[in-house]
Amino acid sequence: MKYVFLFCGTAADQAAFDALTPDELREQYVRVGRWFAGHHGRLGNGNQLQGPETATTVSFQGGRPIVKDGPFIEGKELVGGYTEVETADLDEALAMAKSWPGGGAIEIRPVVVQR
Amino acid sequence: MTAALIRRFGDFDLAEDCVQDALVAAVETWPRDGVPERPAAWLTTVATRRALNRLDRDRRYREKLADVAVEQQDGREQDDRLRLILACCHPALSREAQVALTLRAVAGFTTAEIARAFVAPEATIAQRLVRAKRKVAAAGIPYRIPSEEELGDRLAVVLDVLYLVFNEGFLATRAGVPSHRNLAEEAAWLAALVCRLLPNEPEPMGLLALMKLHLARGQSRFDRAGQMVLLAEQDRARWDRSLIDEAIGLIERAARQARPGPYQLEAAIAACHAEAPSIDGTDWAQIVVLYDMLLTLAPSPIVGLNRAIAMWQVDGAETALRDLDALAAHLDGYHLFHAARAEILSALGRREQAHAAQLRALALTDNTAERALLESRLYSHEPA
Repeated sequence: MKYVFLFCGTAADQAAFDALTPDELREQYVRVGRWFAGHHGRLGNGNQLQGPETATTVSFQGGRPIVKDGPFIEGKELVGGYTEVETADLDEALAMAKSWPGGGAIEIRPVVVQR
Repeated sequence: MTAALIRRFGDFDLAEDCVQDALVAAVETWPRDGVPERPAAWLTTVATRRALNRLDRDRRYREKLADVAVEQQDGREQDDRLRLILACCHPALSREAQVALTLRAVAGFTTAEIARAFVAPEATIAQRLVRAKRKVAAAGIPYRIPSEEELGDRLAVVLDVLYLVFNEGFLATRAGVPSHRNLAEEAAWLAALVCRLLPNEPEPMGLLALMKLHLARGQSRFDRAGQMVLLAEQDRARWDRSLIDEAIGLIERAARQARPGPYQLEAAIAACHAEAPSIDGTDWAQIVVLYDMLLTLAPSPIVGLNRAIAMWQVDGAETALRDLDALAAHLDGYHLFHAARAEILSALGRREQAHAAQLRALALTDNTAERALLESRLYSHEPA
């Protein structure tokens, strides 16, 4: 089964992350790096995203594209990154997600497979 | 049979359709040709053949066919059942979906029967089932027995689902429907099934014991006019001793595993009541100890409420009222909190406050039987 993990968090999570000292940040990246290395065989493409203040949204109203500053998801939640994951089933994906050291929340979405 | 087919083919709808088809075939052919020697085997064969015919059009056919050959040799009907129950109660599904799927796929309820049991429109239940099955398939929820360290958490979800179904049957909270006996007995049957499938797990035994203890006292909860009767006023001679003995046997068997859990403790508390000759002859001190253990394992304000009521018998009404009032922030919207307060206030001679608490309790429930009981208590607390 193919999934995408969406690494989500609240504005408070983001603020806590931004407040990390350089040493703490390094340690955090080491923990996260270890997680990625440990699950290497099951991971596809993925990226950490720049903050929501850098986002631009194009929406379509009556078929006409409207460009707007800011992320599509409004409010306190934000998506901070994503990675493709390939596991046998949801339980395996859940076990991976439960071992994520980065805090926040992970939304697990199965990918549409063209048959 | 459906469980085995789902396991073999990994597809709820396919399995259900094929079992339905087999039943239709039976209705058509048995009256004509006579009932086969082994009707269940006949149905399984027909349903399996039908499923294979349908899979023939599927490109996964060859893999599945190999699986089926292996499965048939193993004949692992029991594991199939367990996998099915665990999948239906997967934590990635909503509680509503878990309940509906379990009743449909494990207990064999029809959509209409589930709708009737939960007083919901049939279309709502049908849609809930469709969505749940779609999620099972699309999200890759496996039919797999979890690892040893995961099993405890997964099993806890299964037991919570079964207890919810039991309670829905034992005391429906909707007006006009005091009790669905059937749903409670189905839940007990499912709990017994889980006990058989996982004979070394103590918590399913605890849950089954708890259900049996409720059922043993089920008849005496209502008088001839269908009015609810308080524990203190129940005719204990009407309690079903053989069910109580079975429950106590289960509790003892579970205890030998030395892995206490919330359901075992709840059952032990219920057993204290079931074994007591009267309210005064009840071992309240033991009950308080059991509630303390329960609060450590699974803290909840409801458990605190029940402990406070037990404290009333051990340490008097003043202590009980103090313990109860400490829970007000959590339980102000719960009718039994106010009902309990009313009883304790009344025992302390504070009739005006008792009356007010009773009115609060009454305003917070729509169950017919509970309302009638609260109304009769209200009358007894009327200020002089």
